[in-house]
Amino acid sequence: MKDFILPTRMANGDIDMGTPRSKSTNMVTLKIDGFDVTVPEGTSVMRASAEAGIQVPKLCASDNLEAFGSCRLCVVEIEGRRGTPASCTTPVGEGMIVKTQSSKVKKIRKGVMELYISDHPLDCLTCAANGDCELQDMAGMVGLRDVRYEAVANHFEARNSSGDVNTQFIPKDDSNPYFTYDPAKCIVCSRCVRACEEVQGTFALTITGTGFDSRVSAGAGGDDFMSSDCVSCGACVQACPTATLQEKSVIEMGTPERSVITTCAYCGVGCSFKAELNGDELVRMTPYKHGEANRGHSCVKGRFAWGYANHSDRILDPMIRDKITDPWREVSWDEAISYTATKLRDLQSKHGVKSIGGITSSRCTNEETYLVQKMIRSTFGNNNTDTCARVCHSPTGYGLKTTFGTSAGTQNFDSVEETDVVIIIGANPTDGHPVFASRLKKRLRAGAKLIVIDPRRTDIVKSAHIEAQHHLPLLPGTNVAVLSSIAHVIVTEGLMDEEFIRTRCNWDEFAHYAEFISDLRHSPEATAMLTGVDAQELRAAAKLFATGGNGSIYYGLGVTEHSQGSTTVMAIANLAMMTGNLGKNGVGVNPLRGQNNVQGACDMGSFPHELPGYRHVSDDATREVFEAIWGTTIDPEPGLRIPNMLDAAVDGTFKGIYIQGEDILQSDPDTKHVQAGLAAMECVIVHDLFLNETANYAHVFLPGSTFLEKDGTFTNAERRINRVRKVMAPKNGYADWEVTMLLANAMNSGWTYTHPSQIMDEIAATTPGFANVNYEMLETRGSVQWPCNDDNPDGSPIMHVDGFARGKGQFIITEYVATDEKTGPRFPLLLTTGRILSQYNVGAQTRRTENSVWHEEDLLEIHPHDAEVRGIRDGQYVRLASRAGETQLKAQITDRVSTGVVYTTFHHPDTQANVITTDYSDWATNCPEYKVTAVQVALSNGPSEWQEDYNAQAEQSRRILPAAE
Amino acid sequence: MSPDKINRMINQIATFFETQPDADKAGCVADHLKEFWEPRMLEQLADHMKSGGDGLSPLAHEGSQRVLDMPA
Ligand code: SF4
Ligand code: SF4
Ligand code: SF4
Ligand code: FES
Repeated sequence: MKDFILPTRMANGDIDMGTPRSKSTNMVTLKIDGFDVTVPEGTSVMRASAEAGIQVPKLCASDNLEAFGSCRLCVVEIEGRRGTPASCTTPVGEGMIVKTQSSKVKKIRKGVMELYISDHPLDCLTCAANGDCELQDMAGMVGLRDVRYEAVANHFEARNSSGDVNTQFIPKDDSNPYFTYDPAKCIVCSRCVRACEEVQGTFALTITGTGFDSRVSAGAGGDDFMSSDCVSCGACVQACPTATLQEKSVIEMGTPERSVITTCAYCGVGCSFKAELNGDELVRMTPYKHGEANRGHSCVKGRFAWGYANHSDRILDPMIRDKITDPWREVSWDEAISYTATKLRDLQSKHGVKSIGGITSSRCTNEETYLVQKMIRSTFGNNNTDTCARVCHSPTGYGLKTTFGTSAGTQNFDSVEETDVVIIIGANPTDGHPVFASRLKKRLRAGAKLIVIDPRRTDIVKSAHIEAQHHLPLLPGTNVAVLSSIAHVIVTEGLMDEEFIRTRCNWDEFAHYAEFISDLRHSPEATAMLTGVDAQELRAAAKLFATGGNGSIYYGLGVTEHSQGSTTVMAIANLAMMTGNLGKNGVGVNPLRGQNNVQGACDMGSFPHELPGYRHVSDDATREVFEAIWGTTIDPEPGLRIPNMLDAAVDGTFKGIYIQGEDILQSDPDTKHVQAGLAAMECVIVHDLFLNETANYAHVFLPGSTFLEKDGTFTNAERRINRVRKVMAPKNGYADWEVTMLLANAMNSGWTYTHPSQIMDEIAATTPGFANVNYEMLETRGSVQWPCNDDNPDGSPIMHVDGFARGKGQFIITEYVATDEKTGPRFPLLLTTGRILSQYNVGAQTRRTENSVWHEEDLLEIHPHDAEVRGIRDGQYVRLASRAGETQLKAQITDRVSTGVVYTTFHHPDTQANVITTDYSDWATNCPEYKVTAVQVALSNGPSEWQEDYNAQAEQSRRILPAAE
Repeated sequence: MSPDKINRMINQIATFFETQPDADKAGCVADHLKEFWEPRMLEQLADHMKSGGDGLSPLAHEGSQRVLDMPA
């Protein structure tokens, strides 16, 4: 294994160029230290020097921040100019002649360093940043040999020489679980403050005071990092040139000596990281500057929440049991695998080939997912494969395939830099997709307009220096009505892009659609009664979107997880087509994917009706491609989807399931139904890191490996195929793809893969969109966006550029149909669900990290009015009940939700929000209707009976017998 | 799968295709079922239809009959 993998394209590697790249296309030539350098207009002299390989000393500059010009270390001489300008703030000029070294600038730089060092503790040898400190580097670079000043006052000694308390001394703030702030070491370069503003967009830090009194401060007076607005993204830590802001893991373990580029395993943004290690001990994860999804930024999950990989709850030995009431018995891999294989084959011989199936994981790699569906289709011999995308983005697949011809988002994340008007619907990017949100907020601060369609006033609606032009707080379940009204305004006011429609879509089809949508029943005034959205506000939003320049739509599970999820996706596609917002930068239809590899899991043929590349199993030619390579025949009939598997289990025709890296008992709706389905099966195999909730009903537990322990690829929400690299050996002994292969081979498959790259080669050989993808290419390019084949050898950052994948874009009639889930006297409120920043999905990973300090439990958000009429006060336990079940949790009173709407997250098994959700689902895909449940809320008198039973069963089920000697 | 659930799912599908411009709406319902429903679900549908298919909307009913009439 190569230690440090730096794709060769990235000529500048990790060198900090000092100031951001200029996007100008006008080139300017100048002379620096005698060398000719040609750079884009607007480049700083500092960056131009760096391009020429000359590094000018600097402290306050960094290439992800706008130049600030405060330290004066970077001074240079420019012929014909008086004085010594700072090279970071001085733009290049044609014919300029620059000298970066002269006795004059050397003297200035030494003086600057002397001042800094005189107010800095000289404890380098015991400092956590020793060897990783820019102040040290600069002192060396300018040749600082002695410090002539005797500081009269300083910031770093708690007491002065006469023993009096030094009022300038501020003790270390270690309130954040992941990093410390030690003001004694601060040089007040303000890089952290600017990183928090410019990169993260949170504005949690300020410089208070002036001159000698100026200090970095988090939040308002009296705040520490934890109590401030800080969201722990780590941008300030990354920016800090000294040990002032320092990862606690580095303080504890020392500075890392090697690094491996890999991809975050949390969300669909797919950030690239450098895993930095000592030996096989992971010291920290830092965002990788050349990652094309994140461009050097990160969020608290990917940056800090990796401790679960070593958590003591992790199960490292396989376990089996005959009945779920038995305790677990630890066994060898051999025994576990042969036990499982025999059991599955027995079930098939007793109950038929189709009596077993499996679930692929959106947390695992493409290669692993591909293998699981291959095992099901080829080894099990049926199509009973599904994936958690069923419960999140399956309507995206159906909707975008119908309208555009491809089941994927149309843009790359960079595209947001050129957007002018953004619609966010049913997504909460600052919590769910934080790094994308930071990039979006940067664009919004630069003037792009924002329309938010969401029942809640999410953070993006109003936050530091950002305010949505329009927030349409619709009632949950009325997405289609709102989108249709927007389309109604655009069409009836003639604001559509006729040229685009005529050339890219079918005009007659559009004419039919226009007739439908122009009907008065779609007017904002007519729909206001059911959507609760102000008609004037909606009209203004529609006009803004149609006329404001490049319009982009970003959406999340608040769109898909409805009975009309697929219809809503098609309504979004209609809107983009009628306004011509497709096929270029700054526009598009962008599903924000939940889990890291949801896109990949869908691409890899996880769905029961589709082989890899979204081709229906009934298609003979496609089956033949796979049959030829697999040497088995593939069933031409679609298999069971997850909810269907559970139904079939209850009916007694589905008996065994292999679940890789999913916790369906916690994540899927109507928990009681899932419980009943699992309990009815005879062989439930859970392949995961932890004894998750589903494992309470399992007969076999196969330990999983983390993303740090395997090679593979993830595909993010922009279709970007990113490498995941093995950083350490799997603690459980096998990477997940190896475990699947062991099981398949125990069932006579004869697979011989020795490395995931061979699996990718098989994917490329069978799936047209991946035809030119291979590991060698990913090694040199870093990443690539599918389709990547002979037609698109460099991949496809933007889709549908010259035409739609299906030829002409298709307008679909989107009639609003109210969900059957209705409020009434018994259940008068609507519950909608979501997630928060620090926790991830079912929380199995993040709950096992310090991230829990931000979110210890799920809370029920309720409007003050609804709380008052029920006598509920903030923080009190309440009982939340629907026709499906009831649970208990604490109330949080807030006007982020409207009256009539309550909201909670689903990160904790104790609450199990999904006991409440029903089995209603999207008409086309059976994606569950998580986002609308009629509920009642009342003061509670203790845990619900269900919670008590559940906890008792879970405790009972998790017992493990010591291994037999 | 209970007849109620069968009814709900197919009625939902039919409700969508009802609004579409296609001439053969029942054909669309049938195609959708063929594309996404596993054979044992279609068997359960067949049983339900044999006992009258009560609770299915007219279009859902027709679409269901059409999918069951399709060659396997
Ligand atoms: S961690 Fe992020 S949010 Fe917190 S202060 Fe630093 S940059 Fe700001
Ligand atoms: S904390 Fe670090 S980045 Fe911030 S001003 Fe101090 S030295 Fe600079
Ligand atoms: S934004 Fe998503 S991919 Fe990026 S670090 Fe955070 S969780 Fe990981
Ligand atoms: S780096 Fe230019 S002034 Fe600090």
